[in-house]
Amino acid sequence: MFASRRQDATNPWWASSRTGGIALLALVIALAPLAISNNYFYDVAIIVGLNAIVCVGLNLLIGYAGQISLGHAGFVGLGAYGSALLASRYGWPPLAALVAATAGVALLAFVVGRPILRLHGHYLAMATLGLGIIVSIVISTEDGLTGGPDGMPVPPLALFGLVVQGERTWYWVVGGCLLLAVWLAQNLIESPIGRALRALHTSEIAAEVAGIDSARHKLMVFVVSAVFAAVAGGLTAFYAGFITPAKASFLHSIELVTMVVFGGMASTFGAVVGAAILTVLPQVLTLLKDYEMVVFGALMMLTMIFLPLGVVPTLAGYWRRGAR
Amino acid sequence: MDSQWTQFLAGGLTAGSVYALVALGYSIIFNASRVINFAQGEFVMIGGMSAVSLVATGVPMPIAVAGAVVIASIVGLLLEKLAVERAPRADVVTLIIITIGASIFLRGLAQLVWDKAIHPLPPFSGDRPIAVLGATIVPQSLWVLGAMVVIVAALSWFFGRTLLGKAMLATSHNRLAAQLVGIDVAKVLFASFGLAAALGAIAGVLIAPITFTSYDVGVMLGLKGFAAAILGGLGSFAGAIVGGLVLGLLESLSAGYVSSAYKDVVAFLIMLVVLFFRPRGILGALQSVRV
Amino acid sequence: MSALRVERLSKEFGGVRAIDDLSWQLHPGTIHSIIGPNGAGKTTLLNLLTGVYVPSAGRIVFDERDLTGAPPHEFAAAGIGRTFQNLQIFFNMTALENVMTGRHLRERCGLLAALLHAPRLARAEHECRERALQLLRFLGIEGYARIGAAAMPYGALKRLEIARALAGEPSMLLLDEPAAGLNPTEAQEIDALIKRLAAMGTTVVLVEHNMRLVMGVSDHILVLDYGRRLSEGTAEEIRADPRVIEAYLGAADPLEAGHA
Repeated sequence: MFASRRQDATNPWWASSRTGGIALLALVIALAPLAISNNYFYDVAIIVGLNAIVCVGLNLLIGYAGQISLGHAGFVGLGAYGSALLASRYGWPPLAALVAATAGVALLAFVVGRPILRLHGHYLAMATLGLGIIVSIVISTEDGLTGGPDGMPVPPLALFGLVVQGERTWYWVVGGCLLLAVWLAQNLIESPIGRALRALHTSEIAAEVAGIDSARHKLMVFVVSAVFAAVAGGLTAFYAGFITPAKASFLHSIELVTMVVFGGMASTFGAVVGAAILTVLPQVLTLLKDYEMVVFGALMMLTMIFLPLGVVPTLAGYWRRGAR
Repeated sequence: MDSQWTQFLAGGLTAGSVYALVALGYSIIFNASRVINFAQGEFVMIGGMSAVSLVATGVPMPIAVAGAVVIASIVGLLLEKLAVERAPRADVVTLIIITIGASIFLRGLAQLVWDKAIHPLPPFSGDRPIAVLGATIVPQSLWVLGAMVVIVAALSWFFGRTLLGKAMLATSHNRLAAQLVGIDVAKVLFASFGLAAALGAIAGVLIAPITFTSYDVGVMLGLKGFAAAILGGLGSFAGAIVGGLVLGLLESLSAGYVSSAYKDVVAFLIMLVVLFFRPRGILGALQSVRV
Repeated sequence: MSALRVERLSKEFGGVRAIDDLSWQLHPGTIHSIIGPNGAGKTTLLNLLTGVYVPSAGRIVFDERDLTGAPPHEFAAAGIGRTFQNLQIFFNMTALENVMTGRHLRERCGLLAALLHAPRLARAEHECRERALQLLRFLGIEGYARIGAAAMPYGALKRLEIARALAGEPSMLLLDEPAAGLNPTEAQEIDALIKRLAAMGTTVVLVEHNMRLVMGVSDHILVLDYGRRLSEGTAEEIRADPRVIEAYLGAADPLEAGHA
């Protein structure tokens, strides 16, 4: 179904080793503040981190299991609005709201996942697309509940009585969550479940014949990726203090998929890099104002045509070839 | 109550005709290459916006329409040559992202060439409403429906009687076999993009006097047109027409009788239902997998 | 008691009856072959016996378990393993990982344990790796353990598929043309391998065109033609059966490979 050439059986140690890669990421997160001077850059870094959490989960679905979702922003939006509504409208403690919203999204992904994952290729893509759009339309339309297209305010997150506020504090919170997300994802990839996913990406029939319940595994990774998205969505809501339906939009779903594919499928760290580059880029592009869309669109096309494996695996390939 | 029903019917058929034309574009390209061209909606936009510009320069309407279609076709051909052809061995995900990138690119370009404002296009033959079977419709609606009928007839002739048309049909049934009998599949793909763009542009020009046009009108129309293609059966030409009309009717009727706020959801709900229960749509062929 | 029982099995593909009212029984620990001209339905039968195809009619009973209509992973769980005519190797993994994946059934792993990298899991993985290496050694391809499967030669890949199938500890192993594309020496090694497996108690079912291998190895042969049972019996019986000869060659010439 999806080209197995995307996956590389012999990654260099630092790209796939659980400890090596995570240590490097932790180092980057710890040292970055030395280079960051003002709150604007912290803000960008935080958004990068939040997008990266979603992308790490989405990469499990797209890169490893070989499925696709063009509606993942729907899960992000539901996590965000779920947390926001429970915390502001119903006065729940923010952390409990986040957990409950995430659980709700997990349940939805479980229920919707079974029928959706019976589809393959284009049909799966369009079904997830349709789902994501329905979610974003509902969020926009139920303005009594959600504030509609103008969005709604969100109370701040409080952990153990301490209010989490300010870019610097949030930077560490998001950085920690990202490391956790990467750790969980790598664990999953290197486990028998991860092998089962890679197997069914290449040959679903052979995987089934080897005893792998492909429907169950696809559903598992779908729910896991939805959970990552929902948590990131909730954190976004609490961080920004405000959310709009744009977070659940079709465009955002496309951005997320592009980040994963651009960074390099079947590479957790690729997903992080992709999120970083494609979050920072529009910020740079806003300087170009009206040219933003043209450049972004052109970039998407050019990357997919010339770097179909994604940035990280392609660079890793050059590195390996240069090292010989 | 009776007149309301016919009003919804008229509105539904009009919108449905537009969806049908967009759906045809998807099916034509899908048949030639198994690619879902996410930029299909942008051809609709380019058609409408180009017509607006041409009319603004004083060109008479028929020339403007023809010009808009030509412009969109050229864009479609360029898209195929410069983007799709460069990634011949790409897989589903890659191609999806390429065409999505193309649609974003075209929208950004439209923003630069034109602007972000909403533009009306003068109706083809005035805007005095006509009363038909209790419904009040604008003459433009008749143009839309009439054009659809003409196009269906023209396409039947094209696919049934011309060499290129028959080649496209053959490629859609079995690409390998078509290649083996000497059909230049690459040329078929190239022509498919041009034809799909032309159809999209015609839809855009037809609907612009009624719903107006702007740089991002292609997004929703593209997605709904795709839902129509799925409903009718992706790859089936008759299915595209049927799917488009049925979708338009269902959308209009549910907006009238159920909820108008959720009008846009109808198309996607229908698409999900079709994908879950009968992925080949109303008229699509059953796909069997050989192991 | 038979290991496998097939009752009035049929499979239709839109009007074409690939398998037509087939009834068949297998005894455990023996080596069976399925032969027949091209298009006879041999691979279809294997696909039915592993749950890849769902029967249009009839029953499949294995070890007294009715598996009719079950998904492939349930057939695998019941103890049926298989290799493919067109290699279905996991090319995005190393040889070792391919075999470890084959052990999926024998290594229970929960989602939470996987996410949190439980120490119990680390031990289970270690054992799994050892068992996989053992199997690679058994098949003579342990040199490829850490090599990406995409880089392996064809003969090694055929053995890898067998290793992967064996990793699930099946009581019945279905081999779809294991000797296809192999030279006579390699085919002889497959011959020896199959006999060793049967000696270890595994029921082996082979679909093969290589008559030398079939006649040399089989306890029992089923001959298919147009999806129906044409003949059944020992190698001698089949060699002499005029119906079989006619179906294969159309003329009165005896099967050449029988005179090995």
